[in-house]
Amino acid sequence: MAVRDVAVVGFAQRQMKEMDGSPTCVEILVPIFAELFEQTGWTKSDIDFWCSGSSDYLAGRSFSFVSAVDAIGALPPVNESHVEMDAAWALYEAWVKIQIGEIDTALVYGFGKSSAGVLRRTLAMQLDPYTMTPLWPDTVSIAGLQARQGLEQGLWDERALAEVSSRSRTSASDNEYAIRKGATTVEDVLAEEVYADPLRRSDCAPVSDGAAAIVLSTAEAPGFDKLSGRAAWITGFEHRTDSITLGTRDLTRSPSAALAGSAAGSQDVDTAELHAPFSHQELILRRELGLGDDVTVNPSGGALSGNPMFASGLIRIGEAARRIWSGESSRALGHATSGPALQQNLVCVMEGRS
Amino acid sequence: MTSVQESRTLHAPMKVEFDYTRSLGPVLSQFMTGLRRRQVTGGVLSDGTVVVPPPEYDPTTHRAISEIVAVGDEGVVRTWSWVAEPVMDQPLDKPFAFALIQLDGADAPLLHAVDVDSPADMETGMRVRVRWAEETVGAITDIACFEPLPSSTDAGSELPNEPGSDAEAVTGIVSPVRLAYDYAASPEESKFFRGLAEGRILGQRCPSCHKVYVPPRGACPVDGVPTTDEVELPDKGTVTTYCIVNVPFLGQKITPPYVSAYVLLDGADIAFLHLILDTEADEVRMGMRVEAVWKPRDEWGTTIENISHFRPTGEPDADYETYKQHL
Repeated sequence: MAVRDVAVVGFAQRQMKEMDGSPTCVEILVPIFAELFEQTGWTKSDIDFWCSGSSDYLAGRSFSFVSAVDAIGALPPVNESHVEMDAAWALYEAWVKIQIGEIDTALVYGFGKSSAGVLRRTLAMQLDPYTMTPLWPDTVSIAGLQARQGLEQGLWDERALAEVSSRSRTSASDNEYAIRKGATTVEDVLAEEVYADPLRRSDCAPVSDGAAAIVLSTAEAPGFDKLSGRAAWITGFEHRTDSITLGTRDLTRSPSAALAGSAAGSQDVDTAELHAPFSHQELILRRELGLGDDVTVNPSGGALSGNPMFASGLIRIGEAARRIWSGESSRALGHATSGPALQQNLVCVMEGRS
Repeated sequence: MTSVQESRTLHAPMKVEFDYTRSLGPVLSQFMTGLRRRQVTGGVLSDGTVVVPPPEYDPTTHRAISEIVAVGDEGVVRTWSWVAEPVMDQPLDKPFAFALIQLDGADAPLLHAVDVDSPADMETGMRVRVRWAEETVGAITDIACFEPLPSSTDAGSELPNEPGSDAEAVTGIVSPVRLAYDYAASPEESKFFRGLAEGRILGQRCPSCHKVYVPPRGACPVDGVPTTDEVELPDKGTVTTYCIVNVPFLGQKITPPYVSAYVLLDGADIAFLHLILDTEADEVRMGMRVEAVWKPRDEWGTTIENISHFRPTGEPDADYETYKQHL
C-alpha cells in the first residue's frame, strides 16, 4: 500500500489521425508541456523527474525518445527515464520513485506516430519471436480470435459490441481530441459490413498519432500550493501480466486485469476510463474489474474514439483524473493495456478530497 | 528524399530490415527439429496436459519442461478470424483465416493460418490438416498453413505421422524482420533540406537564448521552445574538433586515412559533422578555416550530400576563444 500521497495535478493531450511531422513528436510535445505549465503554474524547475513511454518500432526513427527530450529543454541535464510501453507504465515508474522518497514531482509523457507504418503489423514485433512473430499475426486478427470465442460462448453478441462502439463514438462528440466521433446508433454500426470477421471497423480503434502528458505531485512538493486545488489523489496503482501464449489463456477472460483491479480497488469507482482498443475488450474489462451498470464507462469516448499508441493508456488516466477535478466523479479509475489480447493490464484508482 | 508539394514536410519511403539470429533452448530446439522432420510436438505440463508449441517452463510449478511428445498434424479449429487484407510476410498473400487449432493429442491450441477462399468456408469445430512447406528448415513457417479436411475424415490423425526423420537437429533460427515506413522529416528539418536543394544552408534561432541551430531542431534543447526564426548561414566555418578515420568498414566510400570533423559555420552555435578533404589528413587541425565544396548543381537534391565535403580556405586559423565553448 502506498506510503506517500500522490495526486495527478496536470493533464494535456493531442490526438490526430495522421501527424504530418517527425516521429520524435517534439512539435506536439512542446505545446503539451506549455499547457501543463499553465495548468500548474509551475516551470521546468518544479519537475523533479521526467519519464516517457514510446517505441521506435512505430515509425522507424531510432532513439526517438532521446530526440524527444529536446521538448523538455534538458540543459542543465534533467533526471529522466523511458519505458518501451504505454506511458501509463512510465507513470507507474514515476509513482514508485515518489513512493521510495527520491522525488516529489514528475512529468510523464507518451508519444507515437502509428500512421508511419502498418500498425497492426508492426505490433507483431511484441509477440513470441520464435513461434508467433514469424507468422506476423496482426493485432486485428488476434482480437478477432478473442471476440469470436465470446460470441460463440454466448458471453456477448454483435449487438452488445455495437452498443459499445456506438456509445463510445457518441460520448466522444464533446471530446475535442477524439478522431472518430459523432452521434451513432447501434443500428448504424450493425449496418456496417463485417471487415475482419467477426469484427467491423467500428469494433477496432482507429490508427492514431498523438501524445499526452500527466503531472504528478505529493502534497509536500514546494509547488503544491500553486495548484489551486486541482488534484486527483491516487489510492491504488497496480499492474499485472498474463502469459504471452494465446493457446494457454482463456481469451474471454483477463486474470491480470482482475488482479490489478482488485489490488488497486476498482470495485467502488463511479467512473472508469478503460483502454479497450476493441469493443469486446471493454466487456471483458467491465467483468474483470467488477464494474456495475451504474459506473460511467469511457465518458471521453475511450480508445475506440482515438488510440495513439504509447499515450492512449496514459490518456485514460488523465481523462479519469479530469472528471475528479471537475467534480463529475468522486472516485474514478484509469486503465491501460499492452500486449496481445489484453495480456498486460494496469489500473490507477483516484479520488477527490475536499 | 523526395519533395511532396502538398505536404508541409518531406517524406520518403524507408525500410528497416534485420535478420535476428536466435539460439534455441532444449525445448524449442526439439520443437523446431520436429518441424524440420515434419512432425509437430508438444510439451507435457505437470498436470499432464500437452501444450503446442511446448512452453519452456511449466506455468504452475515453474519447472523446466522435460517431456516432449509428438502430436497429430490434424486438428480442430477452436476460434478463427478473417484476414481480409493480409499484410507483408503473413503465411498467405491472399485473404485467409488465422485460427487457434487444437491438434489431435494436444490440450491447448496453436496459432496458425488456414487456407480457405472465404469466411463462409470457416467454422469453429472444423477439422484441418497441416500443409507442410516444400522445404523445411526448423521454423514455425515449416507449417506453411493448415487446410480444411473433408468432413468424412473425422477419424483423427495417426500418431505419430510419417516424417522425414533423419533431418539434422535444429539449435537456432533466423527470423528476418522487414518493416516499411513512410518517414517524415520535421517541419524544421524539411526547411533545411529544401534549402540545401537551392544551395542554401538554413538554421533557426531560439527566440529565448538566441542560439542558432543548424540543422534546425523542433525545439531549443536548452529552453524547450520552438526555434522559430530562420537564419541563412554561410558555407564557411571553423573546425572545432575532428578525428582521422584509419579503420576500414563495410560501405566506406573514401579510402582511409581521411578526416571527419565538427564544422562550426560562421554565425552558428552548434557544429555539425562533415568530411574535410582536399588536404592531407595530418594537416587538419582545430581552428582550421574551411568552406563547403558543393557537388555540381544538376546533382542536387533535398539532401546534405549536396555538399560533397569541406576544404581548407587558406585563411589564418580561428582564434581559440571563438570556438572554445563548442568543445
